[in-house]
Amino acid sequence: MFQDLLNTPLSTVVLITGFILVLIGLWGMLMHKNIIRIIVGFTLMDTGIHMVMVAIGYLTGGKAPIIEGANKNIVYVDPVPSALVLTSIVIGLGITAIMLSYAIQIHKAKKSLSIDDCAEMKW
Amino acid sequence: MLKKFFAALALFIVAIMFYDIASNYQERQQLSGVAQYYVEKGPSELGAANLVTSVVVTYRGLDTLGEVTVLFISAAGIGLLLRRQRDDKDPSPQKDNAPCSEIVDTAFHLLFPMILLFGIYIFVNGHLTPGGGFQGGAVIASGMMLYLLAKPNNTFNLQLLKKIESFSGSAYVLIGALGLFLAGGFLDNRVLSLGEFGSLFSAGLIPVIYVLIGLKVGAELSSVLTKFRDS
Repeated sequence: MFQDLLNTPLSTVVLITGFILVLIGLWGMLMHKNIIRIIVGFTLMDTGIHMVMVAIGYLTGGKAPIIEGANKNIVYVDPVPSALVLTSIVIGLGITAIMLSYAIQIHKAKKSLSIDDCAEMKW
Repeated sequence: MLKKFFAALALFIVAIMFYDIASNYQERQQLSGVAQYYVEKGPSELGAANLVTSVVVTYRGLDTLGEVTVLFISAAGIGLLLRRQRDDKDPSPQKDNAPCSEIVDTAFHLLFPMILLFGIYIFVNGHLTPGGGFQGGAVIASGMMLYLLAKPNNTFNLQLLKKIESFSGSAYVLIGALGLFLAGGFLDNRVLSLGEFGSLFSAGLIPVIYVLIGLKVGAELSSVLTKFRDS
């Protein structure tokens, strides 16, 4: 049993860690009242999804896709998920920054960061 | 209580979905078709050693243009949200912040030039080593963060940052459009010669575009940091 765990391929470990991070982030977003904590949950989920995408792009024995010479025998990992994750990180950063500035405005208007105080749109 | 139950139920359902994916996951042995093409033809077509860079900047350059646009719009949105209200215009906003500690000040003088240099190194070498415009811009912005921590009463010249940002943004689009006339299409990097594979001045337009993106991202993130500090 323990030996099996030690033999788990690294990409599987990254994949499972990513899924666990997504779950932790989702739990944080659903259960917390504080807006800052909800944003932290969102970023955790974001990071988890990035890890899953990178793990899916991995090939057995693959190297980072930086070509050194004309050697045909080297296996390179899939460059497309890496490129997509790069895009996704930048967009996640933009969204997080927007959310934080909304949090600042909410705090200015209501002097509180709890979502219970933002009940205008609740039904 | 009921809320907790529903949250746990939602989490459980998502966990089942993830378990299904994770238990059926096997490492791939072969590249998919388009990735195979990129790995085989990429180096000779575009001349960039870093394949991720050639995918990001050239093969899917339009995505990157959209990405830069998203970052620009979010910076503009932050500027809109965190602008000063008309009624609280005091002539000298926040000049009484406590000075930083000795450690931060000394570290700032030692590290600030090095961080900037490292950021520039990352985006200049984006086509050869892991790195690129976005990463280099983020490193530069982290240096600016150190500046803001070390000098709490100073602020950046926001007009200059805005000029750098709009210059590099429009130069990026114009250089991309150059590809329409001189090479295969929009954002094609073969406007300049590809040069010797693996050297600094190679891969046509890719280093130029990455320098522009690095400047744009660095300026944008620095102005976002200043706005957060001043709000």
